[in-house]
Amino acid sequence: MFAEYSSSELLSIFAMQGVAGLILFSVFVLMALGLAIIFGQMGVINMAHGEFMILGAYVTYLTSNLFSTYLPDFFSIYFILAMILAFIAAAALGALVEWAMIRHLYHRPLDTLLATWGLSLILQQTYRTIFGPREVGVTLPDWLMGSYQLTETIELPINGLFVMCLALGISLAVALLMYRSRWGTQVRAVVQNRAMAGAVGINTGKVDRVTFALGCGIAGVAGSAFTMIGSTGPTSGQLYIVDTFLVVVFGGASSLLGTIASAFSISQAQSTMEFFMSGSMSKVLTLLFVVLILMLRPQGLFTLKVRR
Amino acid sequence: MSLLLKSRAGIASLLPKKDLYGFLVLALILVVVLPLSLDIFRLNLVGKYLTYAFVAVGLVLCWGYGGILSLGQGVFFGLGGYIMAMFLKLEASDPESTKIQSTPGIPDFMDWNQITELPFFWQPFYSFTFTLIALIIVPTIIAYIVGVAMFKRRVGGVYFAIITQAIAAILTILIIGQQGYTGGVNGMTDLRTLHGWDIRTDSAKYVFYFVCVFMLFVCLFIAQFIRKSKLGRLLVAMRDKEDRVRFSGYDVSNFKIFVFCIGAIFAAIGGAMFTLQVGFMSPTLVGIVPSIEMVIFCAVGGRLSIVGAVYGALLVNFAKTSFSESFPELWLFAMGGLFIAVVMAFPNGLAGVYATYAAPKVDAFFTKLFSKTVAKNSSSMPLPSKPTSTKTESVSLPQGVIHEQ
Repeated sequence: MFAEYSSSELLSIFAMQGVAGLILFSVFVLMALGLAIIFGQMGVINMAHGEFMILGAYVTYLTSNLFSTYLPDFFSIYFILAMILAFIAAAALGALVEWAMIRHLYHRPLDTLLATWGLSLILQQTYRTIFGPREVGVTLPDWLMGSYQLTETIELPINGLFVMCLALGISLAVALLMYRSRWGTQVRAVVQNRAMAGAVGINTGKVDRVTFALGCGIAGVAGSAFTMIGSTGPTSGQLYIVDTFLVVVFGGASSLLGTIASAFSISQAQSTMEFFMSGSMSKVLTLLFVVLILMLRPQGLFTLKVRR
Repeated sequence: MSLLLKSRAGIASLLPKKDLYGFLVLALILVVVLPLSLDIFRLNLVGKYLTYAFVAVGLVLCWGYGGILSLGQGVFFGLGGYIMAMFLKLEASDPESTKIQSTPGIPDFMDWNQITELPFFWQPFYSFTFTLIALIIVPTIIAYIVGVAMFKRRVGGVYFAIITQAIAAILTILIIGQQGYTGGVNGMTDLRTLHGWDIRTDSAKYVFYFVCVFMLFVCLFIAQFIRKSKLGRLLVAMRDKEDRVRFSGYDVSNFKIFVFCIGAIFAAIGGAMFTLQVGFMSPTLVGIVPSIEMVIFCAVGGRLSIVGAVYGALLVNFAKTSFSESFPELWLFAMGGLFIAVVMAFPNGLAGVYATYAAPKVDAFFTKLFSKTVAKNSSSMPLPSKPTSTKTESVSLPQGVIHEQ
């Protein structure tokens, strides 16, 4: 099958395919980070995570429309503002949901799953009512368009590179926050032993709310980044929720490093196989592979060793 | 109490009076009231809803009693449905009626996808006996493999839910992707006859409705038997304190595997009945969304009540049909609200609401009706019949329904 290509062309194909995998990886990481915080650290199954992501995407869409109508001079920088707004909107909704729903259900994780699924249905229909059933896309500012010509045959799309940098930055920020800040210590303390953490004076309710809001906020940023790559519809979030959960579980729920490693392996496997077979089969094989590994090693790739 | 139970006849211990009444009322509704009051179109719809009740009853055993929440029951429903559909499809595509195809004698969707020969795994489905056996065996094997892999490693709760959900996703993508072998996103349509008997006529629909009700009651009795047996007690014990059961010397995983397989078989029977009554099978009934909806049928009915699960499936689907006929935009709001309300406010579903509010009144009514000697004063009511005992079971959610991961 490779006979008709010259060796330099082959190299370019693999390089471009690898970059495509890296972009998919970045999107996975962005989506999974929020979930890794909410599910991995708090043990809450948030089935509406995809919808928080889509909220971020719609906020970006609105901001882009606003700028192109009223502030065309500043259009080139709207994306930064859009991401901040997306973070704030998703985090605010997350805090509200935590206050109204999740905090009553911490001791019933399976029920959280059903309740947040209901929430995701409501949010989907809300988006459909407000934005219409059709998918929307945003106009990218000029500096994000086009591609960077590495050699004569290898082109790197700039928006993809931007998403990669974003994923890298946010992962670093989350890692710092979790492992190097006072707040991160509190979160981990609450996760390990809620009663004890409360006894030493940590306001566990507040830590929970902030953690949940942060996870949702990151989902919002992920959605914002997602608009650069694809268009957004009311049900786009649901398409990714299973993949994202698998990424988190596969990585070992309580390990951030594991989440990143599993996002990398899943996305690379999928995009590499896509070159050899149909997209649906490569997805089936990847998911099947992940499920099989999880059956053999239920704790995931990386585990946190704790004594219980 | 257990002595008392033993001394009674077996049937009485299997079906205590209050359960017996529940079964009788359900039977009355399904066998007499609905067929007499609905036209065949609506009755066929009820039959379709009842096929989901099979899954919901299985979920009561798995989730309500065993504490295993499977979000992949659609997989088993789909397997049952597809297995039945494969047999019917082969019968519908005999060389005579498919002679316009480039390869007569194979199902039409294979012909459209340039497949010229019947694939090997389709061959055995010419036999009805094989189909019926496969209907039970295939879901059992898959449930067994998944169950052994998960429960032997003590994976449960949330992880099990996510993995079963992923399996549902895999199967849907596979079915849609391999349309030459499975009919793709349209599913298997245009099913006509069963052993030469046209399944699309009104009389066939009546027959299938009653077969479906009969099968449902078979499943209900099996579920009731499991509930009342030692196994049922063990399931509840495991759900509430798994470690203690394990320390008492029981192999916890085997019980979980068993009940998960039973749930899978129920779902598969439901799927097969669906295909027979509705006349097609498609991947939209297999995936993540239908699988979670099946859980909500069970939750609405009451996750601890096997009869409640049937009502739950009927009511939610009635609501779905009438809502989406008249206000299609509102349906998702209603469904989402239902999920949240059931979890937050009514964790025991309709059965819980009934036990709390209606049951005392119904009790008092029957007491008055049947035995005039009994004082109306409820505190001294000596009847063994009724839900004072249910109450302890359902008013507040038992601790273990809540499993921590």
